[in-house]
Amino acid sequence: MPPITVTQDLVLAVAELSQLNIDGADIDGYAADMTKVLALVEQMHGVDTSDIAPMSNPTDASQQLRADEVTEPDQRERFQAIAPETDGGFYLVPRVVE
Amino acid sequence: MSDLHHKTISQLLRDLDNKAFSSVELTAHYLDRIERLDPAINSYITVLREPALARAAAMDVARQKGTHPPLAGIPIAHKDIICTQGVRTSAGSRMLDNFIAPYNATLVEQLNDAGVVTLGKTNMDEFAMGSSNENSYYGPVNNPWRADRVPGGSSGGSAASLAAGLCTAATGTDTGGSIRQPAAFCGITGLKPTYGRVSRWGVIAYASSLDQAGPMAQTAEDAAHLLQAMAGFDHRDSTSINQPVPDYLAQINGSIKGLKIGICTEYFDAGLDDDIRTAVMAAAKTLESMGAILSEVSLPNTQHAIPAYYVIAPAECSSNLSRYDGVRFGYRCADPESIEDLYKRSRSEGFGREVKSRIMVGTFALSAGYYEAYYRKAQQIRRLISRDFSQAFDQVDYILGPTTPSTAFKLGEKVDDQVAMYLQDIYTIAVNLAGLPAISIPAGQSQGLPIGLQLIGRHLDEGGLLKVAHNFQQASDWHAQRPDDGQ
Repeated sequence: MPPITVTQDLVLAVAELSQLNIDGADIDGYAADMTKVLALVEQMHGVDTSDIAPMSNPTDASQQLRADEVTEPDQRERFQAIAPETDGGFYLVPRVVE
Repeated sequence: MSDLHHKTISQLLRDLDNKAFSSVELTAHYLDRIERLDPAINSYITVLREPALARAAAMDVARQKGTHPPLAGIPIAHKDIICTQGVRTSAGSRMLDNFIAPYNATLVEQLNDAGVVTLGKTNMDEFAMGSSNENSYYGPVNNPWRADRVPGGSSGGSAASLAAGLCTAATGTDTGGSIRQPAAFCGITGLKPTYGRVSRWGVIAYASSLDQAGPMAQTAEDAAHLLQAMAGFDHRDSTSINQPVPDYLAQINGSIKGLKIGICTEYFDAGLDDDIRTAVMAAAKTLESMGAILSEVSLPNTQHAIPAYYVIAPAECSSNLSRYDGVRFGYRCADPESIEDLYKRSRSEGFGREVKSRIMVGTFALSAGYYEAYYRKAQQIRRLISRDFSQAFDQVDYILGPTTPSTAFKLGEKVDDQVAMYLQDIYTIAVNLAGLPAISIPAGQSQGLPIGLQLIGRHLDEGGLLKVAHNFQQASDWHAQRPDDGQ
């Protein structure tokens, strides 16, 4: 895989996917950071990994399953007490549908 | 009473039993030191003076009645990424500056059940992303050994607080070295347990396949005290290991005679500071003189660990941190104009630069067209790294090397060079990728700054690691060295 050139457009596209705003003055800085980090990680591409199964859990364990039973009581008021804005048990956000 | 903060947990438990002083007196001693000394170190984000004194009083009553749990009245600190009910849990971020945790992490409950007193919450790199503690919303932490040096990161506040005598022990988390590297820089003992040994429930997630909480302490014996309480299966953490917890305090007193310790050749490369090389080899000789059998081992894929980590960790972080959207908890921007504006401005204003950078790298690595070349490739390399360790552990019981390539570097020295900062974790990161336990213990000094020795063990062999470390600490006094604070 050829090295990635991190352009301003790529920074903005990735920022959009990440739900982040990047100020115009900072775009080049992020591009430079990403270029350096990707150059570092692209060292991987020289390693032969054919026939190597990916490892997603470091102990190769599968996740524990539990019985499909209700174990947690309703604690809506407690958890909504730390929310920025709620009303009648709902989280409030700006109007989505006009 | 003036030297209480030099006592280990084992010594304090004896003194508390003998009524040499009470937990209230001990806790007040620490709180007074924090008030006097921490403004210059900045190791605490939150200090819990009144709750700590009330808790200490309750533990004194329990001790008088003889109904006390094993660590009754021992004052510790928690890294501020670990949820503590009713107390701000910030993860070092503006995003969670207003977050009052509605529940305790499992490990907090376990330590509470063991009787500890919580002095407060320690400073850290934002969301545990950093190796210098300079990425904190609450400002950098100064290394107590020398104020112009970093304490390491991301558990820099916990390590600095311990080195400065501002707690008896502390909790930390380690995703790529965040317990061991600050332990090395601050001259304390830090254990990263096997992935899954300590519950991650209530530990704010950075990279879920790598994150692991563990003890930071003055000695291996003290680390064993904490791990005894923290380890164990938790049905609320689906990656928790369902295996019995051994008696670590009994295990540490065993002999190391005949144990095979492999010196990892790749960890003594050209990038290693000469004083560290000398100190670590001298420590290996000490272990040999106690009966350990030394040999060389190779971990040939070591050089690929950092590249693989800086795909896997950002990828997992980009997913984990998508929950911070300004809706349910945490920071919300002022006067959002639309739902998208709410998400974007809350995240952009709430996260710091390094966090945003890692989210973007991770998002890129997981995006269409790049997933195979980056994320899948990194997970394949992870297996190669894990195999290296398996093959090494066919030959030896433990792997020995330096914890860090240098001693504590200067504040500001690496802030403008992200990759140089990443390379700080060159000897620690592979351990997380393989999910292994590892410990950093003090093994010397260079120009007045501590040197850390790292020992890596097989899965679930925390007891063995603590035994080797405890044996070394019986034969050396580097762990007892403390910076001079004039107090």
